[in-house]
Parts: sequence; structure tokens; C-alpha cells
Amino acid sequence: MKRQVPLLITFFVGTLLIVSIFSPATENLGEEFSVFFDVIAVFAFFLGGGNLLRVHLTKISRKREDWVYSVVTLVGFIVMLWAGLFKIGNEGGIAASVTEESSLFGMVFYSVLIPLQSTMYSLLAFFIASASYRAFRAKNREATILLVAAFIILLGRTAFGTMLTSWMPPSLSLAEIPNLAIWIMNSPNLAGQRAIMIGIGLGVVSMSLRIILGVERTYLGDDGK
Amino acid sequence: MKKTSVIILSGVVILFLVSWLVKGASLSGEENPYLQGFLTTFAAFLTLAVFSFLYRDNPFYKFAEHLFVGASAAYWMTLGFWQTLVKKLIPKLSDGLANFFEVPTEEHSYWYFLPVILGLLLLMRLSKKGGWLSRWPLAFIVGYTAGINFVGYLRSDFVKQVSSTFVPLLIDWQGVGHFFSNFSLAIDGQFVMMLANVVIFVGVLCGLVYFFFSKEHTGLFGTASRVGIWILMITFGASFGYTVMGRISLLVGRLTFLFKDWLGLIS
Repeated sequence: MKRQVPLLITFFVGTLLIVSIFSPATENLGEEFSVFFDVIAVFAFFLGGGNLLRVHLTKISRKREDWVYSVVTLVGFIVMLWAGLFKIGNEGGIAASVTEESSLFGMVFYSVLIPLQSTMYSLLAFFIASASYRAFRAKNREATILLVAAFIILLGRTAFGTMLTSWMPPSLSLAEIPNLAIWIMNSPNLAGQRAIMIGIGLGVVSMSLRIILGVERTYLGDDGK
Repeated sequence: MKKTSVIILSGVVILFLVSWLVKGASLSGEENPYLQGFLTTFAAFLTLAVFSFLYRDNPFYKFAEHLFVGASAAYWMTLGFWQTLVKKLIPKLSDGLANFFEVPTEEHSYWYFLPVILGLLLLMRLSKKGGWLSRWPLAFIVGYTAGINFVGYLRSDFVKQVSSTFVPLLIDWQGVGHFFSNFSLAIDGQFVMMLANVVIFVGVLCGLVYFFFSKEHTGLFGTASRVGIWILMITFGASFGYTVMGRISLLVGRLTFLFKDWLGLIS
């Protein structure tokens, strides 16, 4: 029961989805299953939320190091959940969109989550700059190619890059830095991306087959061996 | 708590209050000026709290980080509840509940109890005895992903990419004389377009040769593999440059928010 049933479910669902595309009667099965998938994912979110509550409540009750920040997490979690589930402040009532800007949920979303998310990502600009200072050294031919490609792409998207080569005649327009950046993106970069994608495609297909046929069973944990 | 920490915290709180009041007063013509002022000031302080990590890890950054974790967990739970359970599941199962949530009713399908049962089984993960039952929904998710990806990746990442690689290498060909008499490095010229297609075809082929490890990379195969490395290096360089530009534009967005929306220093 512990091993055979999950393996059977995986085999049945995976095979059904592959076979379903060959018949017009079952071609919508993928969409139906995607809703099933979404519903299970929502329960996974609930599981995650429950786990977050458990972990932080334990931390607070045992007064572990930095427990004060757990209070911040719980306050953020409970306020957002309360505002969202009960649609607090929604002008359109229960039928209105949950992310309506005038609602409490919308306010927290636009004033807390969006600034935090974009600032966290923008912080990476500094780390990338420091990483590139260390990594971008033309030590050999390959590193030089990488450096030059990155430099042209960066320069090609700035006003300075445009200004630098704007005097070029139309017959040499490929040598203009913005055009060169576009050409690099559309030709050699595309070729490299495509080679990687073909490799990924083959890898995913073979891994999917291994999973469906029950050869790969690490997702079952230790009992799967 | 150290005396210095108390002084810093008090300073930040006072700054926040002053900023809130000034911002609220500056928005006096708008609806709920002090609420808008509070939201803008809070967003600005959170932005600065995250940026403070550039100096070193500190209580302000930890505050912002923990708030982000709690709020985003609740955000995804709420969105899942309203967008999936209420909009997609309830209309298929119950007219009463659909009317309560004011969503359009649909033809009932009792198959939709299956994901509910599987979802409830997923919660069994919290139980020590019945934890193994959570593998059933996990098996469904893994099987679904494997089945969908098998077809999807085969179509889009393999067949489509291979077929797009076989492009004409001679474009608008009217003979060698015409080619040389009209030779130019214009971006939309014949030579550059042909060069692009040659680079794509040879580049993909050489890139794949590099990833083929069942044969030793020597001789002609080794040369192709080396060209493959160069193509991959250009790809990594271009991706890196592109990522840097994306992050910098986000940074510019945040700085614009601070100097324009919060401080009003730029118009």
C-alpha cells in the first residue's frame, strides 16, 4: 500500500495524459487535470501556512534567538490572511476581485509585498556587480568571449552605447553597438540557448519516462527504495 | 537591548512619524491623504530597510525579511482560496456554495471531489502515523508533471527547436557576382542575414557536439566541441548582461519611487 499505490497513481496519471492527446474525446483531460493539480496545490499552500504557524509559534513560546522577528512574521501572515479571506474593505463585496486596490489586502499587497519583492530583486544588482568584478577577468579565450558578449549587451542597452557608434554609415549598421547587441541576442545567443533547450528537452523526456515507469522513485522518500 | 539600539530605533520611529505627517499633509488634495501618506512612507521605509543589508545584516533588514515571509505565505494561500477553490472548484460541486460566494454555477462533476480528497490526504503529512498517505497526492502531482512535460517538452523544446534550426543558409541568392557587388554590413543586408542563419545552424550543431560526452573530443569532433564552447560562452555572457540590465532597471524603479513618490524631489 505504501509504495505500490503511489507508483500506480503516477503510472496511471502520466500514461493517461500522454495517451489522451491522441484522441479528440480526451484531449481536454490535460486541462481538467490541471485544475485538479491547482486544487491540490492550494492544499499544499494551506499545509505550508500551517507549518509556518507551528514553527514560529514554537519559536516564540520557547523564546529562541530572534523570536521577536517571528512575531513580525505571524502578524504579517495573520493580517494578510484575515484581509484576504474576509475581503476586508472590498467595495464590491464578496464578488469583487481579491486584489482590489482599495481593499486592505490590496493595500498590503501594493505597499508591502510589491516594494519588498522588487527591492529584494534590485539588491541583486549590487551583488551581480561585485560578482562580475571578480569573475570578469579575461584569463583565457573563453572568458574573454563571455566578457565581450556581456559588455556589448550592457552597452547596447544604454544611451552611451547608441551615442558611441551613431556616426556609422548605414552600410556598416551591424557594427553599431545597439544593433550588434540585438544581433548577438538573435543569433549566437539563440544558437546556444537552443542547444541547451534541446538538451533539457531530451533530459526531461527521459526523466518523465523513468518516473512514469516507476524506475525513478526518489519522490517517495526512503521507503521508495 | 543596548542603549545605542534604543537610540537608533527611536530615531527611526521619529523619522517615520515625521515623514508620514509631512507626506500626508502634502497629499491633502487627495482622498484619505494620511492613509496614502502612511502607505507610501511604510513602503519607503521597507525599501530602505532592505537596502540596509548592503551595509550588513541588521534588525531593520530582518524585520523586512520576516514581514515578507509572513505576508507572502498568506498572499498565496488567499489567492489559491479565491482563484482556485472558489472560482474553479466550488461551481463544479455545489450550487449553494456557488451562490454564497456569488460565482456562476456550472454543470456538476463529482470527479472534482477527487482533488479535494487528495488535498486532504496531503494534510496527513502533519500526522506521524498516517503521513505515508500524503504520498498519494504527491504521486498524482509527480505523474501529472511527468505526463504533461513528456509531451510539452518533446514538442516545444525538442521537435520545434530542431525544426527551427534547419533554416535556409542562402537568402535571396542571385549569384556570386550580385552577392559581392551588393556586399554590406547593414543589419538588414543579405550578408548579415545569411551570417545569422549560418551561426544559428552551426552554433546549435556545435553546442550539441559539446554536450555529447560518449565520444572523446578530439580531431574534427574536438574542433566542433570547441566552437560549441565559444557559442555557449556568448550565450552565458549575453544572459548575464541581460540579467544585470533587468536588475538595474528594478533598482532604478525603486530609486524613482524613493525620490519621486516619497520625497518628491524629482517631478
